[in-house]
Amino acid sequence: MSEYQLQEIPVGPYKHLVSERAISGETMILNMGPQHPSTHGVLRLVLELDGEVIVNCIPEIGYLHTGVEKNMEAKTYLKAEVMTDRLDYMNNMGNNLAYVMAVEKLVGLDVPERAQSLRVILTELQRIASHLVWLGTTALDLAAMSVFLYCFREREIILDIFELVSGQRMMVTYFRPGGVWRDVPVEFESAVRNFIKIFPKRIDEYEALLTKNPLWLDRTVGIGKLDAATALQHGVTGPTLRASGVNWDLRKARPYAGYDQYDFNVPIETKGDTYARYLVRVQELRESLKIVEQALNKLPIGPVRSENRKFVPPPRSELGTSMEALIHHFKLWTEGFPAPKASIYSAVESPRGELGVYLEGDGGPKPYRVHWRTPSFDNLSVLPKIVKGHLVADLVAILASIDIVLGDIDR
Amino acid sequence: MDTRLEKIVQVLQEKTGATFEEFRDEVHVFVDAEKIVDVLTFLRYEHDFALLSAMTAVDYWPKEDPRFHVIYQLTSLTQNLSLQLRVPVNGSQPKVPTATGVFDVANWREREIMDMFGIEFEGHPDPRRILMPQDWDGHPLRKDYPLGYEEPQFTFNFEEIDLRKPYVKE
Amino acid sequence: MGVEQKLGNMGVVTTTLETAVNWARTNAMWPMLFGLACCAIEMMSAQAANYDMSRFGMELMRPSPRQSDLMIVAGRVSRKMAPVLRRLYDQMPEPKWVIAMGDCASCGGVFNNYAIVQGVDEVVPVDVYVAGCPPRPEALIHGVMTLFEKVKGEKFKDLVKA
Repeated sequence: MSEYQLQEIPVGPYKHLVSERAISGETMILNMGPQHPSTHGVLRLVLELDGEVIVNCIPEIGYLHTGVEKNMEAKTYLKAEVMTDRLDYMNNMGNNLAYVMAVEKLVGLDVPERAQSLRVILTELQRIASHLVWLGTTALDLAAMSVFLYCFREREIILDIFELVSGQRMMVTYFRPGGVWRDVPVEFESAVRNFIKIFPKRIDEYEALLTKNPLWLDRTVGIGKLDAATALQHGVTGPTLRASGVNWDLRKARPYAGYDQYDFNVPIETKGDTYARYLVRVQELRESLKIVEQALNKLPIGPVRSENRKFVPPPRSELGTSMEALIHHFKLWTEGFPAPKASIYSAVESPRGELGVYLEGDGGPKPYRVHWRTPSFDNLSVLPKIVKGHLVADLVAILASIDIVLGDIDR
Repeated sequence: MDTRLEKIVQVLQEKTGATFEEFRDEVHVFVDAEKIVDVLTFLRYEHDFALLSAMTAVDYWPKEDPRFHVIYQLTSLTQNLSLQLRVPVNGSQPKVPTATGVFDVANWREREIMDMFGIEFEGHPDPRRILMPQDWDGHPLRKDYPLGYEEPQFTFNFEEIDLRKPYVKE
Repeated sequence: MGVEQKLGNMGVVTTTLETAVNWARTNAMWPMLFGLACCAIEMMSAQAANYDMSRFGMELMRPSPRQSDLMIVAGRVSRKMAPVLRRLYDQMPEPKWVIAMGDCASCGGVFNNYAIVQGVDEVVPVDVYVAGCPPRPEALIHGVMTLFEKVKGEKFKDLVKA
């Protein structure tokens, strides 16, 4: 026989986590992942099953551990930003925003109005793109293939806008400490307006396919109920928390980047099941679009970068004429700027929840410690509690509904 | 500092002899390791800090006493307040009592700190590594742990590196 | 109206067995549904509406390694994942091919550190490297076409293991 026979999962390392019946062999230990189509990445779940009913679920993470936190300590503040795109790869703009806001708070840097508005437009578009991927893959997991194709069609429009402003579809690194990389091209406004025009009808299309579909309701209503107290105990944030009836959105509670100027609602559901989480995200699509439209309507004219040359590189056009600009350029890209010997914690609302950055400087040009408080990590930790007693097929729905991104969990 | 927060910090100072510092409107309260569970319970139930937003550690190597700071970032949803607790831990036998009894999220967060910094959390229900493989040596986020840099291959050193690169044989 | 009318009654076509088999292999290549990180999202885009990789006979992504011919390593491979990846590769039936999609899979990319394998060619033999971080769906499709070129030129005697 080959060396790859079917192997039993040894119960030894999980002795303290499974029930007595697993040790006596009465229930079955089943391995799911790291290569499994519906774990949304390389998550591994060790399941204890009684027939088809889940008795215990033990998530094993770390299969995508990238060492981002350690690697950022070895780069200057400006160069470390490229790492942030690759953390939560569905929310690249949002990660940039969290990081540049942390740097700006640490060194005390101002951001011009126009840059703030552009940041809001692009992060909200990113939120829509992220929710679209979530909706598409969740529907795919629950056997609705066409929604996946529709969602990716609209996502391409948003990625085209990102490519227009930054030159990259996903790893944009567009926001920089003190503003954004450069001003948007003239085609930007019409591209976003075009999206605003067509997108509401497309949301109706998804809703027509899913919201009242009996098959969808059967798979989602009452599945994976999460009450508010458990959610808070597990540090769950974002749409998953709001589906359990807690009104907590950092965009409202602690407005940043000028979110207080825009009129939008925070969708709340109270049931806390998979269907409620679906409803919250679909409504968030509409709310995000509202914010994009308002921000675009009052997009101010002006500079997109701070004038503080100690932290922000001068524009290229000045390099040929100004000696001072050349020195600043040289200093910033070789040595970097120093940050005070202090630490700050700054958080933004990512499509998955509170995305926090703990940033500590030591007086030098490199961060002394960067810690990413990533929403998926805490959201996933509640999974063992809410899948107990459900069927294996429901596990797929629940796992999809809490919207995890493995790059976000393992960092 | 927010007046509501000021009151809470004052109570903490009287109860535990904690010190605090402030930077850009953020309040960091220094608490001794043995009192941290009491302080967390007090804040969680008396002052409604229901969310343990973040939990992490910092390594100040080569300083030995304290070498680490364990950081608890608390958020109160009802009052919209944030408070950071910092627990200094020495380098020879880093130990902190576990907070899993107060916040369930501390379970995974403490496993991460255990894995990455080698700080032991006494009474933790599931003390296994979480991110690195179970048989990994060392704790990657400690400052005395190397980053593990590998020389990049360019045109001028392509062949030299190609010879010693461990390519797989089928 | 087509090739039949131009050629008349085409009962027999002569070609080498190698060409025929390689032609069949290239036009029904089943990749493994195996996403690791960011590149997996672009791999999904390549499968989805706008790029539609099924034009090249690749609409069937098989989640099981036992049913797939091609492994697209889409994303960074951590030291914890490397043994799993090798095991999946060993489970695939011969003949099998590997595409290293993206910079991280090809050479470690921006993550030059303790956690990431510096190039997946240290774990499995790679046929095609696709550059980009992440590569655009077009780049992935180009990588696949390059692999097809390679497969079309394969000789049976090279595939037989000693």
